[in-house]
Amino acid sequence: MVTVLERHNELRQRAWDAAASVVDPEIPVLTIADLGVLRDVVLDGDHVEVAITPTYSGCPAMNMIALEIEVALERAGFRRPTIRTVLSPAWTTDWMSEEGRRKLHAYGIAPPQASNSRRALFGEQAVACPQCGSANTELLSEFGSTSCKALWRCRACREPFDYFKCH
Amino acid sequence: MRVANIQVSETPVVLYALRRADDALILGHRLSEWCGHAPMLEEDMALSNIALDLIGQARELYTYAAKVEGKDNDEDRFAYLRDVRQYRNLLLVEQPNGDFAQTMVRQLFYSAFADLYWRAMMTSRDATLAAIAAKSEKESAYHLRHASEWIIRLGDGTDESRARAQGAIDHLWAFTGEMFAVDEGERALIHADIAIDPGSLRGRWLTTLSAVIREATLDLPQTDWMQQGGRSGRHSEHLGHLLAELQSMQRTFPGQTW
Repeated sequence: MVTVLERHNELRQRAWDAAASVVDPEIPVLTIADLGVLRDVVLDGDHVEVAITPTYSGCPAMNMIALEIEVALERAGFRRPTIRTVLSPAWTTDWMSEEGRRKLHAYGIAPPQASNSRRALFGEQAVACPQCGSANTELLSEFGSTSCKALWRCRACREPFDYFKCH
Repeated sequence: MRVANIQVSETPVVLYALRRADDALILGHRLSEWCGHAPMLEEDMALSNIALDLIGQARELYTYAAKVEGKDNDEDRFAYLRDVRQYRNLLLVEQPNGDFAQTMVRQLFYSAFADLYWRAMMTSRDATLAAIAAKSEKESAYHLRHASEWIIRLGDGTDESRARAQGAIDHLWAFTGEMFAVDEGERALIHADIAIDPGSLRGRWLTTLSAVIREATLDLPQTDWMQQGGRSGRHSEHLGHLLAELQSMQRTFPGQTW
């Protein structure tokens, strides 16, 4: 019995690791596990079902992420995995791992602040420049190069930068 | 070639989901018309981002409507194979983009409503609608802030931008009443705690709106005559032109994919 259970856990871990290795096609330094997009991996016999959640309703990366997960699982030896999209609970940047925040910062994207700041109507949060660290920054546009980012500029080093907005 | 319209069994929940899906799709399509034409690159990206959010919301709602209906329809068939009279969106969202002020006023009127509406719908007893609401609510908060900031900039800007913003407010005002109206089928959903009564949000909507309009040194019209019809398929002439573009591929090459 113990060995059966151990084998199940080991297989599930392998499936999780395979799914978790998939990166966001728009921010390739982050895996879907770092982002909190990967919600669950269920192993039933040798069939794997992966649950993912979209960041934004219209995030165009979701189809590609689902495809990449299938490929990663097939490569790891799991045949015909199914991908399920779950909406609830709604994705929040609070789920981003510490590791994810660190990687974002190193990549030149300012990591998200706590989600309670998003309701301030004209609330300009202070976002530190990921290049030089200065807090003397300004918002250029709340809608950046992807759904999840805003465009900022540092007044100290004059560099524009992306901010992963809280959600 | 002409492809036949689909038939839809509009039970109260299907109709409910289609109405909100149509709002989101049509407004998303309108905003996407700005892609490549916005006054500056950042704004081009912002409008496309907002369009993407709305079309994403529409897809979730259409998919749910298809599931509840339980026939052969799906999100694509709802979007591409219904005619003007089968569309159930608000008249407000189908109004043409006009100039940038007109687009932003339409955006302010709608997003100030959507923000309140989706937040309230998070308590729906229908788990799928509550989940869609929880995602849409977060997105609407950004849309509202974006529109508010532009209205203030336009209203409190030059004589020209101020006149255009005020003109847009006066022009679009008559289309706002429909957001708060409810018919009998929807009344039943409200009693069952599946939907919320939009009429109960009008006071707060007006408060949000008034704060922005005041800051923008603009005025809200005093007239209270309101145009209705979109919810039951009686649309302005503009929707047909919009659908002609939106649907032309599927009407010409049925079932085409890539």
